[in-house]
Amino acid sequence: MPVSTDNKALIIRIAEIIISELKLEDISPETFDPALDLVDELGVDSMDLATVVLVLQDEYGITIDEDDYPKLRNIRMIAEYIEQKRTA
Amino acid sequence: MKTISSLLDKEWHERYRKISSLNIRSSIYDITNQCNLRCKGCFFFSSDEHEASTEETDIEKWYQFVGKEKERGVNLAILIGGEPTLHLDRVEAFYSQLPSYCATNGLIKISRDRFPDMMVGVSLWGDENDEKTLRGKDTFAVSSKNYEGDPHTYYLYTITPKQVGRIEHVIKKIVDVGLKVHLQLLTNEENVDGFFWSEENLRDVRAEMDAMLDRYPRTVISCKYYHEIITTGTMMNRKFGWAECPSVTEPLDKRNPQPKSLIRFIRWASDLKTMHRCCTSATRDCSTCKDGAAHMSWVMVNKREHLQSTKDLQNWIEVYEMFAKLYRFIPW
Repeated sequence: MPVSTDNKALIIRIAEIIISELKLEDISPETFDPALDLVDELGVDSMDLATVVLVLQDEYGITIDEDDYPKLRNIRMIAEYIEQKRTA
Repeated sequence: MKTISSLLDKEWHERYRKISSLNIRSSIYDITNQCNLRCKGCFFFSSDEHEASTEETDIEKWYQFVGKEKERGVNLAILIGGEPTLHLDRVEAFYSQLPSYCATNGLIKISRDRFPDMMVGVSLWGDENDEKTLRGKDTFAVSSKNYEGDPHTYYLYTITPKQVGRIEHVIKKIVDVGLKVHLQLLTNEENVDGFFWSEENLRDVRAEMDAMLDRYPRTVISCKYYHEIITTGTMMNRKFGWAECPSVTEPLDKRNPQPKSLIRFIRWASDLKTMHRCCTSATRDCSTCKDGAAHMSWVMVNKREHLQSTKDLQNWIEVYEMFAKLYRFIPW
């Protein structure tokens, strides 16, 4: 099944979750660059990611294995990952 | 919103990238309840942790346990005691399966034929007189012979309030035997008279630690931000203590709210079943704890808090690099 990486609503919602969980300031879901590298640019560490993952799992009813964290480098990749999981 | 690349130039960004991919997951293991010294101020004995459990004596169970720890995601085993070198077969159970660091008093030589590149931290509590007062003997005289010039060994020098103004003498001795040194401060666990830190001597020791780093940059493995954190107990206007400490055994951690902590961190007793509360003794007053690793970890887990300015982020990088050097994740 093709994966829609243009799912804007999903991308916006992931941005909302990241901003809320990581208490990011001076940014809105609409201005959050979905290609921005969360580790290399935002300084997100594995504990931050685990916090975000808990919310994503609850919200989208999926399980995210820790081994998959390297696949979650930016919002677009997270959106792709969620879509793949939901359609698998 | 501040990003890493907006705060760092190319060189610093490269340094950041090298450490950001390390993903260090450490845990601490009591190898034994026994020691061949009884140092005044040793948290292990002063808090009766040596009686917290019996010791697992079946070496096969040690190998199985380490295998499970590896499966749990641990990628750095910090071996303490008691004195780990009293049971090198247990040390080997870790070393053969995981990147391992062994803390020792240096009286027993760890064979490099058996443990070629294991990182060894040799404890040192001051000059000859301090060592005799606090540990009953001058351990440096023995440990420096055992480890002279060893590229995978460094001294873990615990500075006491009585040594302020006299640190350089010790550093020079370490330079002379071709080893490195990392500095930390005594927590006066046993309330030994005259070994409490005052605001004034904490200020003085910070200045002296900075001076040693400037004067012996190839020997002293440290950074000035760490000196600031360990002497002030303050980071980004927050005070170190129970509510902030990152080195609490995860399954026993019921704090609410949860501070940022080391993921999957556990400090195991030598029965391989009992868990200790944290990286040091459960009887310690956290507000006066000077544990170096806990303070380093405190900085390390609070990365995004250091995205306030270029200097803050560079400080964070230097502390992380220091930790990574001390545990052999990156070269000196």
